[in-house]
Amino acid sequence: MTEKTVLAIQNLTVALPAWADRPIAVDNLTLHLNKNEVLCVVGESGSGKSVMARSIMGLLAAPHVRITGGEILFEEENLLKVDAERMRAIRGNGIGMIFQEPMTALNPVMTIGRQIEELLEVHLRLTPAERKQRVIALMNEVRLPDPERIYRAYPHQLSGGQRQRAMIVMALLLEPSILIADEPTTALDVTTQAQILALIKELQRKRETGVLFITHDFGVVAEIADRVAVMKHGVLVEVGPAEKILAAPEHPYTRSLIAAVPGLTPPRRAPRAAAPVVLQVDDVTKSYQSPSYGFLRRKTAAARPALSNAAVTVHKGEIVGLIGESGSGKSTLARCITRLIDADSGRIALNGTDIGALSRKALRPYRRQVQMIFQDPFASLNPRQTVARQIAQGPITQGMPAAEALKEVSRLLELVRLDPSAADRFPHEFSGGQRQRIGIARALAMNPTLLVADEPVSALDVSVQEKILDLLLDIRDRLGVAMLFVTHDLRVAAQICDRMLVMYQGEIVEQGDTQTVFADPRHSYTQSLLAAVPGRKWGATRQA
Amino acid sequence: MRLLPSATAFRFIGRRLLNAVPVLLGIAVLNFLLMQLAPGDAVSVLAGESGGAPPEYIEQLRRQYGLDQPILVQLALYMKNLLSFNLGHSFRHGMPVLDLILDRMGPTLLLMGSAFFFSLLSGVLLGVTAAVAVNTWRDRAISVLSVITYATPLFWMGLMLILLFSVRLEWFPTSGMEDVVAFYEGWDRVRDIARHLVLPMVTLSLFYMAVYARMMRASMLEQRDMDYVLTARAKGLTERKITYRHVLRNALLPVVTMAGVQVGALLGGSVVIESVFAWPGLGQLAFQSLFARDFNLLLGIFFLSACMVIVVNLVVDLIYMALDPRMKIG
Amino acid sequence: MSSTFWKRFARNRLALGGLVFLVVLAVVVLLAPVLYPGDPFRIVAQPFLPPFGDYLLGTDSLGRDIAAGIVHGGRTSLLIGIAATSAALLIGTLLGALAGFYRGRVDSLLMRFTEFFQTIPTFLFAIVLVAIMSPSLASVTIAIVVISWPPIVRLVRAEFISLCEREFVQASIVLGMSDREIIFRQVLPNAFSPIIVAGSLMVATAILTEAALAFLGLGDPNAISWGYMIGSGRSFLRDAWWLCAIPGVMILLTVLSINFVGEGLNDALNPRLRHS
Repeated sequence: MTEKTVLAIQNLTVALPAWADRPIAVDNLTLHLNKNEVLCVVGESGSGKSVMARSIMGLLAAPHVRITGGEILFEEENLLKVDAERMRAIRGNGIGMIFQEPMTALNPVMTIGRQIEELLEVHLRLTPAERKQRVIALMNEVRLPDPERIYRAYPHQLSGGQRQRAMIVMALLLEPSILIADEPTTALDVTTQAQILALIKELQRKRETGVLFITHDFGVVAEIADRVAVMKHGVLVEVGPAEKILAAPEHPYTRSLIAAVPGLTPPRRAPRAAAPVVLQVDDVTKSYQSPSYGFLRRKTAAARPALSNAAVTVHKGEIVGLIGESGSGKSTLARCITRLIDADSGRIALNGTDIGALSRKALRPYRRQVQMIFQDPFASLNPRQTVARQIAQGPITQGMPAAEALKEVSRLLELVRLDPSAADRFPHEFSGGQRQRIGIARALAMNPTLLVADEPVSALDVSVQEKILDLLLDIRDRLGVAMLFVTHDLRVAAQICDRMLVMYQGEIVEQGDTQTVFADPRHSYTQSLLAAVPGRKWGATRQA
Repeated sequence: MRLLPSATAFRFIGRRLLNAVPVLLGIAVLNFLLMQLAPGDAVSVLAGESGGAPPEYIEQLRRQYGLDQPILVQLALYMKNLLSFNLGHSFRHGMPVLDLILDRMGPTLLLMGSAFFFSLLSGVLLGVTAAVAVNTWRDRAISVLSVITYATPLFWMGLMLILLFSVRLEWFPTSGMEDVVAFYEGWDRVRDIARHLVLPMVTLSLFYMAVYARMMRASMLEQRDMDYVLTARAKGLTERKITYRHVLRNALLPVVTMAGVQVGALLGGSVVIESVFAWPGLGQLAFQSLFARDFNLLLGIFFLSACMVIVVNLVVDLIYMALDPRMKIG
Repeated sequence: MSSTFWKRFARNRLALGGLVFLVVLAVVVLLAPVLYPGDPFRIVAQPFLPPFGDYLLGTDSLGRDIAAGIVHGGRTSLLIGIAATSAALLIGTLLGALAGFYRGRVDSLLMRFTEFFQTIPTFLFAIVLVAIMSPSLASVTIAIVVISWPPIVRLVRAEFISLCEREFVQASIVLGMSDREIIFRQVLPNAFSPIIVAGSLMVATAILTEAALAFLGLGDPNAISWGYMIGSGRSFLRDAWWLCAIPGVMILLTVLSINFVGEGLNDALNPRLRHS
């Protein structure tokens, strides 16, 4: 153990309880963290990276998840051997921690100031005035606006980025030698993510902290890491300097992971021949009324519409991206087009018919033409029906005899590259990627002319994501179906979209060929969005 | 606990009171409809009992009480009376219903109020104790206790407690609110009433205590798995502090909501308990009016009880607001 | 599915015990006309005979056979409990499904209606209803239904709201299914577990309410019930405590068993909860 090592994990093994999907979360892992460095631990879901991070702080869900072997040396002291009191003295003081979801990581009924001050109460003897002064000082340093107000605020009164900044204040207030950050930017929008990443890096350099940064995103790694450790199924497969791992990974798993990260440069596309228009949206506006159950309904001031004057054209065989951050109105537009919600005004013409104006009943025959693929593969299938039943459901509803519809199922399963034996099983027997394929098959069963895909790969691991994108492109080529692809991920958009529309605060602020938009963004928002993509420099250099 | 800025609090109370208006109206209409459904109008019951009153006299009584008017006029009349707190006349007692009710309100409020606080306090305490010592003998003992009290009929529990503590052990009196022939005054009277109160209060509390204990335990265990507990632990707080400073307050929220919902049920329970312990409250009055077929009185009690529940619910909402800053106001 | 369900259910010993008790009770109650033929209100011997003499459970203050009363009274309790619960479940599920599926104005109207019924002191309302309709099996059942459906509406509504946010429901809409198909084929089957659990616990509450009404003298005068037996025995608590104790214990055991079965169902239907 060298002088600059602040944390050394040796042969750590963590066992999971009998009912878990795997027996061991962390398998004989050896890893160290140096002073003044950011070590990124990368892995897909189930790699054990979070369990490893939590075992350092003694935060595993005892007694089910338990450490069965190894040691964790923090400044020469084995954390697995220290008593509870010593461990508490180290928590918050020697090691700080921030979590993925700052909303749930903060106590909802306690003010931000109070929650941060608790840390000082536990570890130092200060007067209330001194405590507050220290908290406010660091709040200023992390650039929280109006610290006095935030000090008195409750978590729900802050934005996601502000909450995460407050968590960072809490974690770094006592200047710990280690900061453990467990996916701290995953729940944030890309522009906020860029700011938080820069902040963590800045504070880390200033304080020479050792940061253990858990992430699944190689873009984030490229942005912040000094060294990288890659984990798979609880095993450390590769560790080394960031430049080396990102440029020339040795282990095949690392290589496949990096290869699966979509590049930021859109591939060159052959110009498409003029094709008939499938979808023509004009001037669609939608605002949400805040639901009120009060007896005396107050006239609320008209809120900014979730969607204003949106216009979209999609041609046969074309993939059009709807790009934006949360609250941009992209999902609202997608849902208006599929008539899951009704637009306030405007025209939605599908193959020439204005479906926006049809009653729900009159709409039913037209449902066949536009189908949807959803984000969450675990929520998008009915847990109580067999796969065959769900895929055949649509055609049956449209009047096809059940026997005929069920016969079609195996053809559809093959189309989405699933084994036909899947037909008689229930959704819980499948992985996330497989379920997403089932969802696609269900949509394709209707022979739609337009597919609306709402963040279809956001919930998937990067390797699975690549395969699903591949499948969608293949389906487009084979069936000539048009696609409206909603995503917040510019990397995904670069790979799959022919054209893209950038949305911001309910408005389409820019549109054009994907290549043109990426190469020469016109609107300032598009520019800031592109600038915020983590690992964009790495993305530019690594294109093969 | 956060103190509310008074202006917001007043606005909230005002809005809630306004929201209560349609509910009260609804209850009034319901009350009126129930009265119409009741077999025979009050006059015929009265006349029937006085034994063959002359029909002219009955007609005169009907006119006097407006019972010969069309039904909507009667409803309007009824509403007008309600607005001036006129709940009608109890023919049986020969007194205005409101006077009778106000007379009996005190004992019921005493019984209900003490049972409300006793059950909530002991339920929360037991729930916390069980959750802190989850899966130990203490947890199990509390579970068994609450499961059994949860399944016991209130009135039977009362009878069995009387059998044990009054008849066999002679610790507490069997019935009534005070020893009327002893003519106690001052503190002696308070002590006497307290002695009479113990058994009915405990009986009424046991069921709700079980409800709150189970809920509090479950709520504590649920909150204990939340992320903010992990944050608190990562700050270096002791488990004790985490439990009492972070988990407890969050866990209390659903229990407070539940307590608000239960107030109406508590009132129903007190009808039975008052009958078991001969407690001279509204429940007893309702019980008597039931068998005297004094529907005016019964429905008056019903109406005022509903009003009481609305008021208590408002208080509970205010408490909830003070506990949970996320509650949106206005 | 069903075999794992039984395995999970049977793992809960109390639930299994409760189920056995209820099955035995149901059989005895169904055989009441055979075991104790004739009117249970009939006077058979001298009053106040203690239990375990000529008559298994003794006689009451008028010389009626207590065992006959228990068996016939159990019939009343179970009948009312099950009938009232079924009706309340039906009403509550339907209204809750409509409110949770359609939201908006339908929801707000239905919820106002439900809240209104929840504000009214329930037991007092039941007393008023039975008094006005005059006591009978039907009026007691109706009164219990009227006071017990609101919580079901809230439960089903909450389930529907959370399920309707799940994307498979949106997928069903996009596939062009009718509302009726979506409500009854897609959503409702996924909401069955909590409804079944709530329903089983509600039988217990209904039995307790029926007993309390009968205790106050608001039971069907022609159908003996456990609550009535306790009520008529309370004056003799000092000298013949078993008049009250025996029917009370029967209520306790029945309600306890139902609660255990309810919890067993909950464990078996929501396996996630077991590990937390």
